[in-house]
Amino acid sequence: MRIKEHPILKFNKEKKIKFIFNGQELEGYEGDTIAAALYAQGVKVLGKSLFLHRPRGFYCAIGNCSSCLMTVNGVANVKTCVTDLEEGMVVETQEGKGVIV
Amino acid sequence: MKQAEIVVIGGGPAGLCAAMSAAKSGAGVLIIDRNKSLGGQLVKQTHMFFGSEKQYASTRGIDIPEILLKELAKYKDKVEIKTNSTAVGFYEDGVITVLEKEDKYYKVEPKAVVVATGAYEKFLSFPNNDLPGIYGAGAVQTLMNVHGVKPGNRVLMVGAGNIGLIVSYQLMQAGVKVAAILDAAPKIGGYLVHASKIRRMGVPILTSHTVKEAIGKDFLEKAVVCKVDEKFNPIPGTEITFDVDVMCISVGLTPLNELLAMRGCRMKYVPQLSGLVPVRDENYETTVENIFVAGDASGVEEASAAMVEGYLAGLCAAAKIGYKPDDFYERRKDYMNQLNNLRSGPAARHILAGLDQIRR
Repeated sequence: MRIKEHPILKFNKEKKIKFIFNGQELEGYEGDTIAAALYAQGVKVLGKSLFLHRPRGFYCAIGNCSSCLMTVNGVANVKTCVTDLEEGMVVETQEGKGVIV
Repeated sequence: MKQAEIVVIGGGPAGLCAAMSAAKSGAGVLIIDRNKSLGGQLVKQTHMFFGSEKQYASTRGIDIPEILLKELAKYKDKVEIKTNSTAVGFYEDGVITVLEKEDKYYKVEPKAVVVATGAYEKFLSFPNNDLPGIYGAGAVQTLMNVHGVKPGNRVLMVGAGNIGLIVSYQLMQAGVKVAAILDAAPKIGGYLVHASKIRRMGVPILTSHTVKEAIGKDFLEKAVVCKVDEKFNPIPGTEITFDVDVMCISVGLTPLNELLAMRGCRMKYVPQLSGLVPVRDENYETTVENIFVAGDASGVEEASAAMVEGYLAGLCAAAKIGYKPDDFYERRKDYMNQLNNLRSGPAARHILAGLDQIRR
């Protein structure tokens, strides 16, 4: 899902980063947001809605709409569309409102 | 509590120009922006801008932040920049509360403020509109042009305004197929030059069409569209089904300016400006003294007008707190003329009608 060739833009994706998504090891690149790294790996469903448990993906991708909230390193309600991916991050699909520890 | 002469909230095109303009007059400026770098949504605009040279026409949007930041660096003694910082509150006593990097929370007391918080994407109602695969057109632009990730294989674009047309072209540049562009209006809303380019590439533009429903289990698999009559009612029997894995919603933006409402500025709903906007005078000062607004937060237009509004608001905010340069009236007249020129075409008629309703 990565763009290989582009007439205007160059994407400097050099340093690979390993992270865990729902127990599975995945790879992204330094400079990716969590949501972008997941999307590049084909992960579209980032969470479930509060009451009807419908699948949720990102919507605005700029930190406005809260559709991309996930649990990251045990912290609930992280806006994954604007949070940078880091080495070894543990990213989980969030069920419900999330718990503040 | 942190003291500041002028606080600029939002470091997009309007905010950067406001900061530059105020600093040029000699005021100290604090820019607060929730993103990790400045430039707002310019960072994903790969197309060349229109307007005139003063607003960087023929320059790609992605190259404008660098130009503005270089200009701003001339006043670095006067300007403090706080990124990863969200202005979360703006209170009656004039205090702004800021959350920096999710863990540091502090108060700022400014003498004047320019709110340049931009706009956010509107949404559209139809069954299953919450399925993953249905994204704002701006979101898809961010995913492609900032992160280098394709949104999918085949896209249905909903909305034939400038954003819909430009993002369709950018999708094709990224190697993604665009199945069709829809618009409920009987006419294409965006510039003909963009629409012609898209048509030449073989993408149908279906006017008087809307989305009937989205189909999919965990994410979008199909989209059903139908024709609408002159009152925008769906016409039965006109359905077309598209096999698409992405639907882009490009039905306009609405101003993001809750901070102004919270501060007590008088707000008014103006459809031509795409939503709730602050009442303001010709200097872009709201009904609360020393609180200014600029860019899409004052009514949705485009980045060229946002930049000029920023220059004007920054100049006037600085003058209000005692930094009135000798060439104040010349500069102010120049910015007002630039705005009038930008709004002189037939496409800006609704903007002028909207502005008439909020002038105080």
